Amino acid sequence: MALSRLAPYFRRRCSVTRPIPAAERRWDGHCRSPQSTENVFGQRRSITYMPRPGDGAPRAVTLIPGDGIGPLVTDAVVQVMKAMHAPIYFEEFEVSGKMDKIPDVVMDSIRKNKVCLKGGLATPVGGGVSSLNVQLRKELDLFASLVHCFNLPGLPTRHDNVDIVVIRENTEGEYSGLEHEVIPGVVESLKVITKFCSERIAKYAFEYAYLNNRKLITAVHKANIMKLADGLFLESCREIAKKYPGIEYNEIIVDNCCMQLVARPEQFDVMVTPNLYGNLVANTAAGIAGGTGVMPGGNVGAEHAVFEQGASAGNVGNEKLVKEKRANPIALLLSSSMLLRHLQFPAFADRLEQAVMGVIKEGVHRTKDLGGTSTTQEVVDAVIAKLG
Amino acid sequence: MALFRRVKSLCSSTIRGYESSARHQLLYRCLGTSTKDTVVRATLFPGDGIGPEIASSVKQVFKAAEVPIEWEEHSIGTSVDPQTNSFVTFDSMESVRKNGIGLKGPMTTPIGKGFRSLNLTLRKSLGLYANVRPCLSIPGYKTPYDNVDLVTIRENTEGEYSGLEHQVVKGVVESLKIITRHASLRVADYAFQYARSNGRKRVSAIHKANIMKKTDGLFLQCCREVAEKHPDIVYEEVIIDNCCMMLVKNPSLFDVLVMPNLYGDIISDLCAGLIGGLGLTPSCNIGDNGLALAEAVHGTAPDIAGKNKANPTALLLSSVMMLRHLGMVEKADRIQKAILKTIEEGKYLTGDLGGKASTTEYTMAVCEHL
Repeated sequence: MALSRLAPYFRRRCSVTRPIPAAERRWDGHCRSPQSTENVFGQRRSITYMPRPGDGAPRAVTLIPGDGIGPLVTDAVVQVMKAMHAPIYFEEFEVSGKMDKIPDVVMDSIRKNKVCLKGGLATPVGGGVSSLNVQLRKELDLFASLVHCFNLPGLPTRHDNVDIVVIRENTEGEYSGLEHEVIPGVVESLKVITKFCSERIAKYAFEYAYLNNRKLITAVHKANIMKLADGLFLESCREIAKKYPGIEYNEIIVDNCCMQLVARPEQFDVMVTPNLYGNLVANTAAGIAGGTGVMPGGNVGAEHAVFEQGASAGNVGNEKLVKEKRANPIALLLSSSMLLRHLQFPAFADRLEQAVMGVIKEGVHRTKDLGGTSTTQEVVDAVIAKLG
Repeated sequence: MALFRRVKSLCSSTIRGYESSARHQLLYRCLGTSTKDTVVRATLFPGDGIGPEIASSVKQVFKAAEVPIEWEEHSIGTSVDPQTNSFVTFDSMESVRKNGIGLKGPMTTPIGKGFRSLNLTLRKSLGLYANVRPCLSIPGYKTPYDNVDLVTIRENTEGEYSGLEHQVVKGVVESLKIITRHASLRVADYAFQYARSNGRKRVSAIHKANIMKKTDGLFLQCCREVAEKHPDIVYEEVIIDNCCMMLVKNPSLFDVLVMPNLYGDIISDLCAGLIGGLGLTPSCNIGDNGLALAEAVHGTAPDIAGKNKANPTALLLSSVMMLRHLGMVEKADRIQKAILKTIEEGKYLTGDLGGKASTTEYTMAVCEHL
């Protein structure tokens, strides 16, 4: 919960006793008008967080630095967490996309800790090895991927008022991995859609919207062509939608969705999608709101949560970026704020979020993708200096 | 002799590199079929809704520009033709096949079962294997993206649109994506030829071969094979999600994009969004033997049909693509310039572009600018 978001309301009304109408509350950390975050830096919560005894005990988090820029940006998180004295400690494991599978010891660690932070793992294109990023999601049954795409105050982009959460089915669809050559020169790939997976992603999306006071869910599909597969997905979404009369529900065809995203992105709120479409929609939404270098996200299942850069999580950057140490750590830092909120350390989550937002807003320390020249370390130092 | 000179000048201009106004040009495969003096017969499907109005706008502009085209108009039948299993009549299909060139307005498929959609019928019967959409920022119509100049080329016959789906057990559905070497090579070949004849420097193959290693892998392999034959054109491969992000961050990074069916569908609409929507985006389908069917890809807009309010730009620009395909470059350039000038001037804009002009007024303005 980001009570800090309420600070402007409190101040404007000069009264903490007056309850805030539910419609104005947003608990997810970001609001529709970027301006309202302007004055929250350094503000304390008005109503305190009352932990249970023992809630301050440090929690273990599995850390996978990954390939390419991964170690660089995960190290940024480690530094910031250390500077904040956040009640977490990392169990670090070397994993590389070149491996056949993720080592058992790593999986055991995630199963034990339930929470993991990870950099990108390189995926060989066209080779025989399956992507470790996908493997991890499948093995831990992290069926939902969530990417939050929003305008960061102080970072001008082509579109304003973008605040979109893309919730994507993460385990089936086009990523089933079932492919074969029928005869030489003819290849088939299976897209699998199940009622079970469609229902649970729809449920998660509506639950997310409910818990974060979001008003609209848009299901993205191509059921005009894939009548059975995407039809089943839509049918599942419609069924769940009936159980949430307070949340508006609509549907959009994926090609039109991408066109609308670049024309009028403000019409979208939460999107729920099958696997591949979610990948495209999230990247498009991230692109219009400032780029994949700043958008947080994660994958979550019934038991575990893995936090990573929101869009293009598998992106490991290029050699130059790694060598010059100029990767953008913002996305992963914001994901870490999501992680802290997920672990119910709200004050730490707020501090981290506000420090990062402060650095973006000042605009002095920015990496190249945001039009600056800073190195990763310079951004990290700026964030640490801003920690309240 | 005149034709020879034309070919020569075309070749040399390709070598020298093009001025931007000529960058839209379609492949001149039909160069030999037309010269300035002979009249070309072309099939015209005005279509439904606003279709007839915007089609008459095209006819008017062509007349004013003295384009030597004789239209063979075909409307959609009122009952299902058993020979095509669709509302498109067999005669219409024959007409396009015979003429090798056509222009099509928006059409709606009546709701019901037991027949094929109009677009699918045309695509299958005419062997339309590639969909080409040039996206160019239109000066005077402001969008958040002002440096768009790219062409999307989409494979149009297979992939995710195979139509092969079945229920495995209750609650589990499978849908087949088919990629063949034949279709991939064909579209890749067209993309490179298009790039060459239009003075474009780079072809990007869009894929998701990191996940669909075999299907998209085959598509990439075919693209690479074709790319080897065109060493002077830069070839690159971009993963589709990254492509989406790059397009909205900086669309000028791309030149010609070639893709399998579904990605092409999504990316071409995304690009249309960048320049202001389907109402401003021309489109042309390429079939076997140099057949071309240009079309407006927007809807039939039944709400404004018959009210003289429709924006004919997409169909006009599509007809320009048609002319380029026929090698009538000079006429094509004249009409395109007139359209762009009319929009840039901003005096006679239709409602969807924020103006108040009628279709007729807009058309008159284009004719005056010729």
